[in-house]
Amino acid sequence: MELVNKEHLQQLIDAFANKDVFIHLETTNGSYAAHFNEAVFNAGAFIRNVKLRYELGKVVSDHPHRVGLKLEHGWVYAQGITHYEVDEHGRLLMAGLDYEGKLAVALQISETPFAY
Amino acid sequence: MFTDQRHVLIVFPHPDDEAFSCAGVVRQMTKRNIPVTYACLTLGEMGRNLGNPPFATRESLPEIRREELRKAADAMGIQDLRMFGLRDKTIEFEDDEKMVQLVSDLIDELNPSLVITFLPGFSVHPDHEATARAVVEAVRRMRKDERPTIIAVGFANDTVDKMGLPHIKVDITDVKMDKLAALQAHASQTAWMIAESEKREETADELSDNWLTTEAFYVIEHAE
Repeated sequence: MELVNKEHLQQLIDAFANKDVFIHLETTNGSYAAHFNEAVFNAGAFIRNVKLRYELGKVVSDHPHRVGLKLEHGWVYAQGITHYEVDEHGRLLMAGLDYEGKLAVALQISETPFAY
Repeated sequence: MFTDQRHVLIVFPHPDDEAFSCAGVVRQMTKRNIPVTYACLTLGEMGRNLGNPPFATRESLPEIRREELRKAADAMGIQDLRMFGLRDKTIEFEDDEKMVQLVSDLIDELNPSLVITFLPGFSVHPDHEATARAVVEAVRRMRKDERPTIIAVGFANDTVDKMGLPHIKVDITDVKMDKLAALQAHASQTAWMIAESEKREETADELSDNWLTTEAFYVIEHAE
């Protein structure tokens, strides 16, 4: 993955618009967060291989970036996106890596389901 | 305890759980040709450490960790490594009975005299807890005279307060380099930690290599 190039990422997001796509969306501060610091309220969310279709996708220029997808009946968004790549299967992988290189958020878009 | 086992079964959810918690005693046993089976339930595919700049993606991490696990098993002399293909961070949401059955099937097949897992209630990660619950329940269902001994690793902050000191402390200095090799095999997870530890060693922090010299376990006994 490389640091987000906003214009390139926007083109990639546009290319998946108005198609049935599978989404991986994840936020996490790690299962050990409250173990290392008991003041941390540990929360996160995870969905994988939910099929949807978005009509408009947008990456906002602030760094780290926010990426939002507007659906017919709703929304998907991720905050804190720093890195992206199109992998060997043509899937768009976006991630927010914190200052220590740990994943804090992921948003991934694929025309075929992700593995399990 | 670690000299005359018939067969040892290790059950943990993540590649590297074994390296941190029991690589030393496992190596001591494989050196004595005691057969060891490691059942590793996931590939740790939800691991957060991808690096910055990143060396992996959410999707490439599992294959990296599969290879690391194989190398770590080699370092520990484990010949029977089994990967179960469950998804990291989902073990507690699987059907509980299915998880117990998974462990029961392994015990039926291998007839282990010793099982190593986490200590229920004191193992911090939800996958650790769910794995440990399944192991303890599978053994509880056995006839008392057929049960293997369970030794368990607890590391929650309140473990010693509530459980007392571990029942077994093992000096592993004789296999320290093998344990280090197992930890190093899990480079995607441990590289930063080993670097930190080396830094500490330079500043002569006396705690720096405790985890390379001692391993500690609680023995889980069933009342009936």
